[in-house]
Amino acid sequence: MSTTEHSEYIDSDTGKMGMWLFLFTELFLFGGLFIVYAVMRSKYSEDFHQAALELNAFIGATNTVVLLVSSMTVAMSLTAIQKNRPNIAIGLIFITLILAGVFMMNKYFEWGHKFSLHLYPGSDVMKSLPHGEIMFFGLYYMMTGLHAIHVIIGGVLLTIVMVRLKTGKINQQHYLLQENGALYWHLVDLIWIFLFPLLYLIT
Amino acid sequence: MKNHEDHITSYSQNLTVLLALLILTTTSVLAVKFHFGAFTVAIALIIASIKAGIVLTYFMHLKFENLLLRLMVGGVFLLFTIVVVITFIDYYFR
Repeated sequence: MSTTEHSEYIDSDTGKMGMWLFLFTELFLFGGLFIVYAVMRSKYSEDFHQAALELNAFIGATNTVVLLVSSMTVAMSLTAIQKNRPNIAIGLIFITLILAGVFMMNKYFEWGHKFSLHLYPGSDVMKSLPHGEIMFFGLYYMMTGLHAIHVIIGGVLLTIVMVRLKTGKINQQHYLLQENGALYWHLVDLIWIFLFPLLYLIT
Repeated sequence: MKNHEDHITSYSQNLTVLLALLILTTTSVLAVKFHFGAFTVAIALIIASIKAGIVLTYFMHLKFENLLLRLMVGGVFLLFTIVVVITFIDYYFR
């Protein structure tokens, strides 16, 4: 076996397993916050009810649909490269990135509206609220903020995937990076699937 | 060089999965509007768990992965459930 052949060997099973191990740590990162939410909700159920009414369920639902569609487009991009259609794969990832942008825009307007009402951690309005409502908004900013950071990281990752598809570094034979990028993007979607009902839907 | 051929999910299968997820999202929005009281949280969480299961199985291709990886993912979710249960036992009985 020549050395070049050796260096080109990619074990996609192990590579994917490594990605999953990382995703497990992400699960517990958010899982910890979900547990805090659950305990605080049972402790201050009336305050949580009041505070949740402040959130715009329509924006939450819109962003849910946006993320679900983007999850499908990124899954389809994998189908495209497996069928040796790099241009379709690039197009589908581009659509995913646009949808990520739409998600962040909605988030910007949503947070902007809260800020204009002086509902942000440390503001005088916030400090005057009952303890449970402060907890709710604290968790709201922490969880959606951490999630938004993941959306940005996922966007950067998918941009790299898109560039490598263009240069042919990712192709029908080697698409592990695209697979792992897609897995990360699905995780972002997965977390939002739980954030949406817990923060926006249940009052 | 690849060890084996990966399963290819067709475009239409992906679209079907999306439609299922959108129907479940609509269901949970409507279900919460009906105010089932204490059950509202449970209903919303059950629907979210079904959606998560669909994303894991089809979008994240767990259905077509090897048994070891599937067991690992199952184990992690089991571990998380145990952590939640233990937290609540501690919280309610201290």
